Amino acid sequence: MTLARFRPSKGTLALGALSALAFVVAVMRYAFGLRAISNLSDGYPWGFWISFDLLCGVALAAGAFTTASVVYIFDLKRFNPLLRPAILTGFLGYLMVIVALLVDLGRPERIWHLIIFWNPESVMFEVGWCVMLYTAVLALEFSSVVFEKFGWRRLSALHRYVTPALVILGTLLSTLHQSSLGSLFLAAPTKVQPLWFSPWLPVFFFLSAVAVGPAIVIVESFISARVLQRGLETELVGELARAIPLALGAYLILKVFDLTTAGEWGSAFQGSTGALFWLEIIGGVILPLGLFALPSVRRSDARLFGAALLVIGGVVLNRFDVSLIGWARPAETWYFPHWMELAMTAGIVAGGVMVFGLVARYLPLFTPSHAAEPAE
Amino acid sequence: MLIDETRCTGCRACQVACKQWNDLPAETTRNRGTYTNPPALSANTWSLIEFKEIETRGQIGFYFLRRACMHCEHPACASACLVGALHKTAEGPVLYDDHKCIGCRYCMIACPFGIPTFDWNKGLLDQPLIRKCVFCADRVQNGLTPACAKACPSRVILFGGRDELIAEGEARIRQSPGRYVNRIYGKAEAGGTSVLYLSSIPFEQLGLPRLDSAPVTVLSEWVMRYTLPFAAAWGAALTGLALLVRWRNRGKPKRPSSKEAA
Ligand code: SF4
Ligand code: SF4
Repeated sequence: MTLARFRPSKGTLALGALSALAFVVAVMRYAFGLRAISNLSDGYPWGFWISFDLLCGVALAAGAFTTASVVYIFDLKRFNPLLRPAILTGFLGYLMVIVALLVDLGRPERIWHLIIFWNPESVMFEVGWCVMLYTAVLALEFSSVVFEKFGWRRLSALHRYVTPALVILGTLLSTLHQSSLGSLFLAAPTKVQPLWFSPWLPVFFFLSAVAVGPAIVIVESFISARVLQRGLETELVGELARAIPLALGAYLILKVFDLTTAGEWGSAFQGSTGALFWLEIIGGVILPLGLFALPSVRRSDARLFGAALLVIGGVVLNRFDVSLIGWARPAETWYFPHWMELAMTAGIVAGGVMVFGLVARYLPLFTPSHAAEPAE
Repeated sequence: MLIDETRCTGCRACQVACKQWNDLPAETTRNRGTYTNPPALSANTWSLIEFKEIETRGQIGFYFLRRACMHCEHPACASACLVGALHKTAEGPVLYDDHKCIGCRYCMIACPFGIPTFDWNKGLLDQPLIRKCVFCADRVQNGLTPACAKACPSRVILFGGRDELIAEGEARIRQSPGRYVNRIYGKAEAGGTSVLYLSSIPFEQLGLPRLDSAPVTVLSEWVMRYTLPFAAAWGAALTGLALLVRWRNRGKPKRPSSKEAA
């Protein structure tokens, strides 16, 4: 395959156009300030980008650490074929998070300050370090694909040797990072709705990330099977899906326990926030929990895909509920994302999809290889 | 500083003095059917008189809340800032270091009073920053009182040491119990604040948030304190688990992938 044969399809052109638009928006943002392209304000200092690009982005990158720990910590080597695409999805996910942060931060040119100025009391300090370190770990985990492509045997051998340690480090960092995004909101106990505020926020964020990890792997396998016209490893993917009800079940039990001890069930039956709460719990937790527990669902491509979308939808709704919809807004303030905020996000995602497509085309992404087997 | 709302006439001399001393430009606003103007604190308005029409005992009354940074004893903004750009000084003011901030705006999320504001209209070359009341630290260091306290003709804003001001406030409540709510706002709220309020109507009605006496960041600080020990234990547990699984799987033939991908 050579570049010369590359003819962009309609889809690629559309993705390219979205990215180009986002680039223009970014230039405007840097030239004229955040107000020029967003509806962020002193009443809503965080908006769509934090809720979607950061909170959802990191949660949806959880496929990488969940799959990697299945293969290397639980030593279930048969899941190997799912690993490389999962890691690539996670790696690109983190890169997209970083790009979005560079747009959202007030002073992106100072992002490196987090390395030299420390405040270990701050949850944001942990978030920053986790983004930085885990992105590096994902890059290293993925580097084997590059080594293999270019036939660098020595490096491949070294990689095989260190991979288990790398995966343990990655799982540790992911645990910290996923949970710390929940902890961020512990500092605002008076501003997050009681239905979502809880001292258990870090645990909720972690458990829902564990549940959504395999769901993302399902969706990503399903889509790349379609687009790249490969067979879907239904059996394998279905088996991975068995982890989802466990995580969702733990989440549900903790949520019931938490709302009961906090005495907050009353708010679950009030107004539109109550309705959102039930949508999230029934649609995103209870329903998929039941579905994934059924063998008939786990054996069918379409049903797996549908149930996975439910889990993803539930997690996305949850992140928005915690950070934006359930946010106590000061009087007279209101927020709805500006179209340029959405265009920015769409452009970043489009860029990620294009890079995924390029990598799938030119690097050995789907070849299950012994390169991923650890040397023991 | 002690702010006795019962004495305030709503003249806004403090608001103007703050702008003058700190060189803050005026804002263009439109009539919104209220005397509060500009509508909210912003990067160019660090101190604001909010006009409230409140019905008490069957009568509509005009009440004035001076809103600005509370200079908390245990500031949530400082606890939240990842680069430590905000800090509590020994003299009382909570100050901001222009050179450290990366603009993440987490301080705005954490502050229970909704005080820090951001330069939303500035592009990168204009160097946007977080802005809020600085307690006129430059004046105070040179033996002057803050500009707002100096300007107030009704002597609503009293500047002094925190303990003295609490004593003064309690004395006023004792002398005219009918005039005041029997409590000083800020004595305990969110771990205590350097700005204290006396009022004739409940503080929540005036627009001040109802807060516990614990700093709002107790939970997040607790989590951060145990994060490293947790990370060490979790890392060890994951390593142990990986080794255990391998030890149990020893000798078993390596299972082939259940299905080779195409
Ligand atoms: S009122 Fe808000 S900005 Fe001022 S010191 Fe307290 S937490 Fe910080
Ligand atoms: S916006 Fe600046 S001052 Fe506020 S928390 Fe972030 S880095 Fe600190």
